[in-house]
Amino acid sequence: MSDSSFVRTQMLPPEVPPLTERGLVRWMRENLFSSVLNTVLTLAGLAFVIYAVAATLPWFLNGVWNAKDIKECREIVLANAGPEATGACWALIRERWHQFLFGFYPADLYWRPVLALGLLLVSLAPLLYYSMRRANLILVGTVSVLTLIALALLAPGAALLVLFAGLFAALTAVAWYAPQKLVWLTLAFPLLAFALLWGGSVWGPIGVAAGFGILALVYSLTKSFLGVVVATGAGVVAAAVWWLMVQTSVTTALHGAIPLGIQAVNSDQFGGFLLAFVIGVTAIGASLPIGILLALGRRSDMMLIKTLCVGFIEFVRGVPLITVLFVATLLLGYFLPPQSNFDLILRVIILVTFFSAAYLAEVIRGGLAALPKGQYEAADALGLDYWQAQRLIIMPQALKVSIPGIVSSFIGLFKDTTLVAFVGLMDPLKGVTTIVRADVAWKGIYWEPYIFVGAIFFAVCFGMSRYSMYLERKLKTDHR
Amino acid sequence: MKKTMFLGTLAATTVLAGAAFAGTLDDVKARGELLCGANPGLTGFAAPDANGEYQGFDAALCKAIAAAVLGDATKVKFVPLSSEVRFTALASGEVDVLVRNSTATYSRDNDLKLDFPVINYYDGQGFMVKKDLGVSSAKELDGATVCIQTGTTTELNLADFFKHNNITYTPVTVQDDSEAQRNYLAGSCDAFTTDASGLAAVRSSFPDPENHIILPEIISKEPLGPAVRHGDNQWGDVVRWTYNALLIAEEKGITKANLAEVEASSTDPEVRRLLGLEGDMGVMLGLDNAAFKNAILANGNYGEIFEATIGTSTPIGLARGLNALWTQGGLQYAAPFR
Repeated sequence: MSDSSFVRTQMLPPEVPPLTERGLVRWMRENLFSSVLNTVLTLAGLAFVIYAVAATLPWFLNGVWNAKDIKECREIVLANAGPEATGACWALIRERWHQFLFGFYPADLYWRPVLALGLLLVSLAPLLYYSMRRANLILVGTVSVLTLIALALLAPGAALLVLFAGLFAALTAVAWYAPQKLVWLTLAFPLLAFALLWGGSVWGPIGVAAGFGILALVYSLTKSFLGVVVATGAGVVAAAVWWLMVQTSVTTALHGAIPLGIQAVNSDQFGGFLLAFVIGVTAIGASLPIGILLALGRRSDMMLIKTLCVGFIEFVRGVPLITVLFVATLLLGYFLPPQSNFDLILRVIILVTFFSAAYLAEVIRGGLAALPKGQYEAADALGLDYWQAQRLIIMPQALKVSIPGIVSSFIGLFKDTTLVAFVGLMDPLKGVTTIVRADVAWKGIYWEPYIFVGAIFFAVCFGMSRYSMYLERKLKTDHR
Repeated sequence: MKKTMFLGTLAATTVLAGAAFAGTLDDVKARGELLCGANPGLTGFAAPDANGEYQGFDAALCKAIAAAVLGDATKVKFVPLSSEVRFTALASGEVDVLVRNSTATYSRDNDLKLDFPVINYYDGQGFMVKKDLGVSSAKELDGATVCIQTGTTTELNLADFFKHNNITYTPVTVQDDSEAQRNYLAGSCDAFTTDASGLAAVRSSFPDPENHIILPEIISKEPLGPAVRHGDNQWGDVVRWTYNALLIAEEKGITKANLAEVEASSTDPEVRRLLGLEGDMGVMLGLDNAAFKNAILANGNYGEIFEATIGTSTPIGLARGLNALWTQGGLQYAAPFR
């Protein structure tokens, strides 16, 4: 049939694609200059970036770290870069960094918030990476080393330092051998942090812990014949009676008998990022469970519970946070008996928690609504009761769906802590910046404190956001 | 000076609560600490330093009151208050005295039920312009853009002034001092208006203060003073006479440094009464006889405080002006100490 005289017996090596179809050129052609409009937009964007960098980079490069006031900063910039140049005056941060971080917290006690932060990160490990030995070890080990370095720089004394080194070594060992066991630290952390940050007699936090013990005791004793809800209620009532009526006299007596404690620090000395973290972490930790309960209550068939939850959520969501904060400081000031000293930070934490819980409830309700009805029916068919079904089937799926929304709420909440400046608390952004700028030596400085505070906020929020993306990937079980 | 009208109504509804605070002096003594409402940061008047200690012209008065009542100038707790919450905090008893550059006005006195026992700084609203604008009087500012803080009495004063003089202006509203300063330096506005003391503080922070002038017109009266709750006259008297003692000390040449010497040698009966060497002046007010001596020892007399915090020796460089003693042509005049 065929009388071809030439048949190729082996494949030719592939030709190198033409220049416009490979490497950087191709990528740029496809992504940056694929059409006239894209080309124009690319050039405009490039021009903007060049302009922005050219405008700000010299300012950063001319920055001055060593000066005693803004005048000296200006003189150094003038001497180094000539009369037309501008330069940042980071000397302000160098002199006042401790107020941005700790507010008016006594300087010789800075090790206490640093230790609390270290313990916070360690106690987060089991929550973030439950029973993942490697991740736990890396996180706890890194945190331990960094915390110990920070503590050593703050020089609280050799004996304490050895104690902390032992503590963190032990925690790292626990993270390696039994990562789940770190949960006990997580549970104890709120009281531990309170005892560290506020100080005072150790019996106060122990008394609070005893209240939780009473709650657990009453619950486990009555659960079998009262049911989950009523038993929890009875436990809460018993604990409230203990906290409100009995605890103070008992702890006072105990303190009288065995006076054990560390130097007390008053709430009004809290400020800067210490304050933002205290409010943010507490409100984040407390608002998630409350938000879950509110979301479940809103979907409940029980008329009274549903009405209460809907009323609470809609009322709180209808009111701006700043109003809630003013209520915390002003109205409560009128309603409480004069001279009663209900801590302002505590008032703010409680109201911020409620505020954030209402938003979380709606986020979680979205997750619940996304579940197919079959999941609920499957739980019923298995013979699970309401709480078992929620715990084992509904919530794991609903929360997974809600992760992006929940983390967004948390990030928003953390940044909203700066609003406490309006009620006279010293938040890092406005509170500390105002007092620093009011100093004669630094008056006239504008961007530097904002950039410093913004960088720290960015690091924290970016971390939260990356973790949420990691968690989404890890929990991804579908095949979409 | 910011206004807080909605808080005014709130405060008015709780006038009755005032009765509960009748004995502020006793409360302070029992507590062993003076709660002083302060500005969280106003250059020269009140601001914490790098160690967290409040310093400044207003802060010094708080310390003097603490020294008079408790015998120790360090026994004062500064409560930073924003301008929105300051009067409510005073009315609800969160602070004993508010020394927060607050303007004494009719409605604050009567509607908010406060008392301003003394005026510790006579201020007034002025204008600052760049020298090359070629303006020498505020009346030449026709058509100018003016940077102004929102929600303050200065905003209302400004509108009144321009309307009264039949000239126009464009307001550029800003949130606070440092923002005003940026806008002004960036050229967003031709003139910047606030209290004259604030203008001086802002100008001192410029890289080129000599290129900016503060116009001679003062368009409002801003008498700034400590505030106490209405109805507690004894406590108001403590504040008034502590302040008066600082003024009399300046008048008589008693300073922090020479007080011991004056105490040993002075034969002036008023000085001897003031320092508690004669008569029972302190006890009359429910204080110790050495109360006013302690107040002077805290930070020196009025003139010393002024010079150390906002006077010509500081970068702020305010002249005494209206705040000179009456003997030197100012308005600071204390009733005799007898």
